[in-house]
Amino acid sequence: MAMHGMRGLSVFISEIRNCQNKEQERLRVDKELGNVRNRFKNEKVLTPYDKKKYVWKMLYIYMLGYDVDFGHMEAVSLISAPKYPEKQVGYIATSCLLNENHDFLRLAINTVRNDIIGRNETFQCLALTMVGNIGGRDFAESLAPDVQKLLLSSSCRPLVRKKAALCLLRLYRKNPDIVNVDGWADRMSQLLDERDLGVLTSSMSLLVALVSNNHEAYWSCLPKCVKTLERLARNQDIPQEYTYYGIPSPWLQVKTMRALQYFPTIEDPHTRRTLFEVLQRILMGTDVVKNVNKNNASHAVLFEALALVMHLDAEKEMMSQCVALLGKFIAVREPNIRYLGLENMTRMLMVTDVQEIIKRHQAQIITSLKDPDVSIRRRALDLLYGMCDVTNAKDIVEELLQYLSSADFTMREELSLKAAILAEKFAPDLSWYVDVILQLIDKAGDFISDDIWFRVVQFVTNNDDLQPYAAAKVKEYLDKSAVHETMVKVSAYILGEYSHLLARRPGCSPKEIFNLLHEKLPTVSTTTIPILLSAYAKILMHTQPPDQELQSQIWAIFNKYESCIDAEIQQRAVEYLALCQKGAALMDILAEMPKFPERKSSLIKRAEYSEADTAEQSAIKLRAQQQTSNALVVTDQHSANGATSPVPVGQLSLVKVPSMITTENDTSSDHTLSQQNGALSNVDPQPPSADLLSDILGPLAIEGPPDATVQSENNAASGLEGGSDAIDGSAIVPVEEQTNTVQPIGNIAERFHALCLKDSGVLYEDPYIQVGIKAEWRGHHGRLVLFLGNKNTAPLVSVQAIILPPAHLKMELSLVPDTIPPRAQVQCPLEVVNLRPSRDVAVLDFSYKFGTNMVNVKLRLPAVLNKFLQPIQVSAEEFFPQWRSFSGPPLKLQEVIRGIRPMPLPEMANLLNSFRIMICPGLDPNPNNLVASTTFYSDSKPAMLCLVRIETDPADRTQLRMTLASGDPTLTFELKEFIKEQLISIPTAPRAPAPAAAPPAAQPTPQIPPNDPAAILAGLLS
Amino acid sequence: MIHFVLLISRQGKVRLTKWYSPYSQKERTKVIRELGGEILSRGPKLCNFVDWRGLKVVYKRYASLYFCMCIDQDDNELEVLEIIHHFVEILDRYFGSVCELDLIFNFHKAYYILDELLLAGELQESSKKTIARLIAAQDSLVETAKEQASSISNIIAQATK
Repeated sequence: MAMHGMRGLSVFISEIRNCQNKEQERLRVDKELGNVRNRFKNEKVLTPYDKKKYVWKMLYIYMLGYDVDFGHMEAVSLISAPKYPEKQVGYIATSCLLNENHDFLRLAINTVRNDIIGRNETFQCLALTMVGNIGGRDFAESLAPDVQKLLLSSSCRPLVRKKAALCLLRLYRKNPDIVNVDGWADRMSQLLDERDLGVLTSSMSLLVALVSNNHEAYWSCLPKCVKTLERLARNQDIPQEYTYYGIPSPWLQVKTMRALQYFPTIEDPHTRRTLFEVLQRILMGTDVVKNVNKNNASHAVLFEALALVMHLDAEKEMMSQCVALLGKFIAVREPNIRYLGLENMTRMLMVTDVQEIIKRHQAQIITSLKDPDVSIRRRALDLLYGMCDVTNAKDIVEELLQYLSSADFTMREELSLKAAILAEKFAPDLSWYVDVILQLIDKAGDFISDDIWFRVVQFVTNNDDLQPYAAAKVKEYLDKSAVHETMVKVSAYILGEYSHLLARRPGCSPKEIFNLLHEKLPTVSTTTIPILLSAYAKILMHTQPPDQELQSQIWAIFNKYESCIDAEIQQRAVEYLALCQKGAALMDILAEMPKFPERKSSLIKRAEYSEADTAEQSAIKLRAQQQTSNALVVTDQHSANGATSPVPVGQLSLVKVPSMITTENDTSSDHTLSQQNGALSNVDPQPPSADLLSDILGPLAIEGPPDATVQSENNAASGLEGGSDAIDGSAIVPVEEQTNTVQPIGNIAERFHALCLKDSGVLYEDPYIQVGIKAEWRGHHGRLVLFLGNKNTAPLVSVQAIILPPAHLKMELSLVPDTIPPRAQVQCPLEVVNLRPSRDVAVLDFSYKFGTNMVNVKLRLPAVLNKFLQPIQVSAEEFFPQWRSFSGPPLKLQEVIRGIRPMPLPEMANLLNSFRIMICPGLDPNPNNLVASTTFYSDSKPAMLCLVRIETDPADRTQLRMTLASGDPTLTFELKEFIKEQLISIPTAPRAPAPAAAPPAAQPTPQIPPNDPAAILAGLLS
Repeated sequence: MIHFVLLISRQGKVRLTKWYSPYSQKERTKVIRELGGEILSRGPKLCNFVDWRGLKVVYKRYASLYFCMCIDQDDNELEVLEIIHHFVEILDRYFGSVCELDLIFNFHKAYYILDELLLAGELQESSKKTIARLIAAQDSLVETAKEQASSISNIIAQATK
């Protein structure tokens, strides 16, 4: 080993080490800096050795944290030294001392370039290293072509080329235009054939950066990545020196899988299969071993494989395998694995519908919230926050509240903000929300931002039922000895407005409330006093009959503050005093605060903002965007390549359903036939026919007895179908264009039904476009985002989206751009407000032009009745009085329904639950009956409780009696009809591809209109 | 990508820093101070990852030295943890059971080795053998230059006698 010591440097380092304290060290450093400065300044000719020595000393001092504001020029000048040892020091010192924005660097560009294009390999390496580590935009502009040349040169050795690859990566980050060279993508693809694994590792990093910005240009690299991964995973032909603890370069494996995550999908079935085999191998074949490093390396690969599987949206089975693995990880002792398990579970939440499986691990995750390690606690908090929904909000928020008292200070603000948001988003009832926020203020007042208490005030103001409750609650808190100032603020506001609602309760007379508040006044700051003064004025106004003593007391306080130095306090005091003397006018001016306009929670906005903020950092943003688009790619399994078997003609005429739907759904005609012939009812309630039709046509024939209804529906449907087709065809699109060119992928009706049950997924897809939807529902508000994704390499033009809202929905679609660029996705938010209960469906009239083809589709939007429901669990004590209070029609309706699709009781219960109508077990003593409850939200009325009772007949599962009760006749009726529709027609679960029984596929596929006829009908009817 | 590499001793002394993202001198000092405090105060048996200002720091303690690398939030943590170990193994091989003192007195060697391992905040070479060979070649270049220099100065000295 060559330890060419530099005595002067070693002596200096020893002396620094021998310093007894910081002061001595500083003196020694200052002395040395003076010395070096002198040498640089005064000695005309420093020997190369001395120059090197001084530069090293400078660097050492700099590393210790001292300012070194001279000598940079000397360091840079060493770069142009002719000999290797000086040059080496010059390069390394420059790249340590300066950052890319330093002016001196520009001076060196020419020298650096000469080294890069020169013949000396060692000089090339030095130059590439420095540029790769600190090169800025200037370097990118002047050096990129030279660096590219080195990377591609066949005469360069690997040691130069791998540096060139990463150097180019750096320059690309500084100026992405440098790879806008003709044929660059092809060369990149060739680079992946590289035999030297060092060069391949570097090239793969470069590729990751390139595809993360523009995957489209690099499609040709995809199969090569898969090949590389396969070669590594199978340990084929990997030199020993590139295995790490027996694992073929884990780093290259990780990088390759990272690159693959930037391609939206893998279309080639062979490549896809190969990749899944490799991934399966990694998922199954990673064992826990004793050696820490081997373990880490294999798990690094495993976690990356998990991420890739999530991204590719693999089959259900593989996904649940992943969740199972993660579930195992979050329970292990080893902290790293547990940390990563939690982190990846959180990521998994964002990508796919696995929430239910993840929920099973809730208890385990909560244990991690109490881990001694703050890093793990943070991940657990993130996960709990992400997995929270209406069903588990109570449990999770309780846990967060409990944890708040013991959490470290660095986490409290985040924790309380998250708890507040969850409480708001998922509150099963508002009194619980108030409880949570008050507890938050009580436990962590210092960490509660104003936003949080403003929000609770808004809620209380807007909900009359909540006001006495909130007033009583805050009073309880004020009774405590130590009260946080934020609590005083919120209490003063609420008691000022609503304490008169409590006046009859013991201890709540105006005087007592006033005293309670006034006790706090000496303890609060000047920002709180104005709120207290307002509260006093309001209490005084509400005191009936007037209380002279209280009045004089309060007036005295106003008097006192009339001369307060704080302008706000002074103004209020003066004004209230003047107003009080006006008598009756006071009543108007101090009347209850009006309701707040409904607005988006500033808390949620803030959370989103801070998320966006961190996302700015790097590729995270991009990946997050990709993740949203992944969520959209969650399609049913049997899409394009599923069974589009031709339709037997006989069946078509028999069932009279639109051809497209039959092609998708019908997998065995005899099954449907037997159902047809069976004596269930005239029309098979099986999907696809009835489920589409009854849904939409229901309102046409509501009153008739069930069988007749269905019958007439069917007739109406077959009658209307032809008509609508004709109308649509002639009015909007030339028939032949439409039928020949664009066929939807997947079944539109099924997609719609799936979306009625979940909040994100694909609404429509054809070879050119994918329309995805993501929805958030809160009370009577909905926020949908339409994702319009152009799947092509050419733009889609004349894009138009018009919403045809039914009368009961207020809908506002933001601007839809006229053109969607190639392979781009645009997002169009859509705001929905529910005004009244109704089963009518909103329709999106959507059209675009691709080439010469005009495509127009009408799509039902899943803004359906059940989206405005919130499940609520009702106890027996609450249920029966309510049930009895709705005494009969029109508030309580009962109907015997026949033609039900036979299903076991638990399945029916699940179905209701999935529509957010919550089964309340144990209320009905008869095990064949179901009792359920829910609340309905609309703009016109406060939340309405709805109660449902279903009595089934174990002897005949095709009929049942349903009773529905609520405080609003329309709601009772609509909800009854809604449930009825769901019971007689269950949306199909995704089916397997056509069984062997299907007719031969040689027959040409019938020409299928691109539009969903059902949707057209919906459009006509709305 | 790796934004910076930091080696700090248990006493909080900096033994090596390398910045792949542009941080001004002021920011560098601040980062070292904050991060040092956070990492040194962590007990044993905790995980090797720390959230830090929207980024993530992967660290590992070897005897009295903490090796830290700061990465993006969605980077693969275990991969980086093993880059650290890989670096340590290479140092160990070069110095022959490396200790903190080796790195203090030969911090420039540590820089050279790091430059062969990482570039642009990414892993450049994962073969220990290749890195060892490249470092040895650099050393011998420096040695040769030294010998040449001394022989030239001998010649000059002889000539001017």
